[in-house]
Amino acid sequence: MIRLIISMLLLSFAGNVFAASGASEDLDSVYVNLDDRKSLQQGAATFANYCLSCHGIKYMRYNRMAEDLGISEDVLRENFLVGSQKPSDQMDVTMSEEDAKRWFGTAPPDLSLIARSRSPDWIYTFLRGFFVDDSSVTGWNNELFEDVAMPHVLYEQQQNFEPEEYDSLVRDVANFLVYVAEPVKLVRYNIGILVLLFTGLFTLLAYLLKKEYWKDIH
Amino acid sequence: MIAKFRNWIDERYPATKTWEEHVSKYYAPKNFNFWYFFGSLALLVLVLQIVTGIFLTMHYKPDTELAFDSVEHIMRDVSWGWLMRYLHSTGASLFFVVIYLHMFRGLLYGSHRKPRELLWIVGMVIYLTLMAEAFFGYLLPWGNMSYWGAQVIISLFAAIPYIGEGLAEWIRGDFVVSDATLTRFFAFHVILVPLVLLGLVFVHLVALHKVGSNNPDGIEIKADKKEDGTPKDGIPFHPYYTVKDLFGAGVFLFILFGITFITPELSGWFLERANFEPANALQTPPDIIPLWYLTPYYSILRAVTYPLFGVDAKLWGVFSMGFAIFLFFLLPWLDRSPVKSIRYRGWMFKTALTVFTVSFVLLGYLGTKNPQAIDLFLFTNLTWAQIFYFLYFAFFLLMPIYTRLDPVKPVPDRVTFK
Repeated sequence: MIRLIISMLLLSFAGNVFAASGASEDLDSVYVNLDDRKSLQQGAATFANYCLSCHGIKYMRYNRMAEDLGISEDVLRENFLVGSQKPSDQMDVTMSEEDAKRWFGTAPPDLSLIARSRSPDWIYTFLRGFFVDDSSVTGWNNELFEDVAMPHVLYEQQQNFEPEEYDSLVRDVANFLVYVAEPVKLVRYNIGILVLLFTGLFTLLAYLLKKEYWKDIH
Repeated sequence: MIAKFRNWIDERYPATKTWEEHVSKYYAPKNFNFWYFFGSLALLVLVLQIVTGIFLTMHYKPDTELAFDSVEHIMRDVSWGWLMRYLHSTGASLFFVVIYLHMFRGLLYGSHRKPRELLWIVGMVIYLTLMAEAFFGYLLPWGNMSYWGAQVIISLFAAIPYIGEGLAEWIRGDFVVSDATLTRFFAFHVILVPLVLLGLVFVHLVALHKVGSNNPDGIEIKADKKEDGTPKDGIPFHPYYTVKDLFGAGVFLFILFGITFITPELSGWFLERANFEPANALQTPPDIIPLWYLTPYYSILRAVTYPLFGVDAKLWGVFSMGFAIFLFFLLPWLDRSPVKSIRYRGWMFKTALTVFTVSFVLLGYLGTKNPQAIDLFLFTNLTWAQIFYFLYFAFFLLMPIYTRLDPVKPVPDRVTFK
């Protein structure tokens, strides 16, 4: 009886977890791999060149990114920092919200946490979903985000690259944004494995101790 | 030297006496099983939440302009801040897992029955207080779900006739959820409610040690004592249950760390996507749902869609929700069975408890879904929630009848290991 109840509880919980992870929209899935440093660096470069002028990632600091992704200070100063920016600055936009509203009708959102509030799949699908639409203000529209105010910033790449190359470029941006949304993800798993090994060992010893104490209880 | 020091203390404070009375000579039944880990684990999570909470308080800013940023500051700039935050968010959910299993143990073995009615009631007050603690804490990150969740839950109070609107305003301290709400929820979450919780937990333990622990057989071990006055089926809490609970703590910590380090969001069940966006009064999340531990009651609230006797559906929903929790308090008197443990009960109670458990879990599941969609089979989520709504209340309200009719088995004199 009790076993039945436990198994039912567990089953329903497992079912729950499965159901909760299902996305409501049809998204193309992207392969996220934070161990792929090359991809993260590429994504950072693409983001800095094409996205950062409008979309901030204000919770990220340049020097933290450089340190985490193995970008040297020279490269950082040469390719990422502009004007009077310092390595310890936050990666925010210089455009004022007022200007943004005037130019785009709405201020482009900060993307620090976009990979967590949406998902990497969403970013990937979105950046691959632009199509020409003469009826829209920017001349572009998006399959995932209807009537989006953002123009297709990467259209040159999509035009000139092979489709696989473009997918890979976009994938690197999604990968980078997963890192930006949670920088500690780079170390979280590895620390976690050690902690679990230690806890497992502790639990084993606690079990043996319990068994020793309880051997006379019948 | 040490003995002398102990004497010095004992002459001025009952240290040894307290230790013996409540730990080393507190006799607990020797046949505790899996279900008896959760009391001590609840205490462990309470300590975990207080310790991680203290560190979070050092860096968190209760200000609508700064709150969301300060959480990300904790996640990125504060040394090990991310660990404190994830332990706290995972601990919150696991607190409810532990408490629900602890309560379920009570239902299984009749731990709410005489002479433990007051113990059960104090426990239920702890459960209610914990829900309040979770609700207040959930607003603090100032994410969009924090904001809208608080907005919805507080507006429930507005459904109460005459005083409702004023009451809701009094809770918020404003006409909408705002800075005034955030600062008071911060005060409640870090001081008021934890203080109440600690006091209640103390009373819960005092009540437990007065009546003694129940056990999986539902037998009173105090009824059968050895010549020295200790129960034949009892063993001292220390060292037997301290070492056993140490093992239980190990298993629990393994699960806690597993979630904390590997998957702290747990697919949106512990940390929701919508809460990674800052609160926005102009943009409602697609579905406003509380976290999983409150969804059974949220489902009950939403299941009522018909006005009745001139009272509108929302008020009936709020009333049903309150009544659903209140019924737990009456359990010691609703249950009329001559036996306590499920081991000696008949098929009626076993069936009823199974149906109730399934209803409770599925109400929780449906509470996270769109009422009009179909996530189970055949019927919409709303229809299913309405079915489980009736089963939930039937479990309590029919209890005096089926527990009396139930064909029970004879209870042995001494505890058994099964």
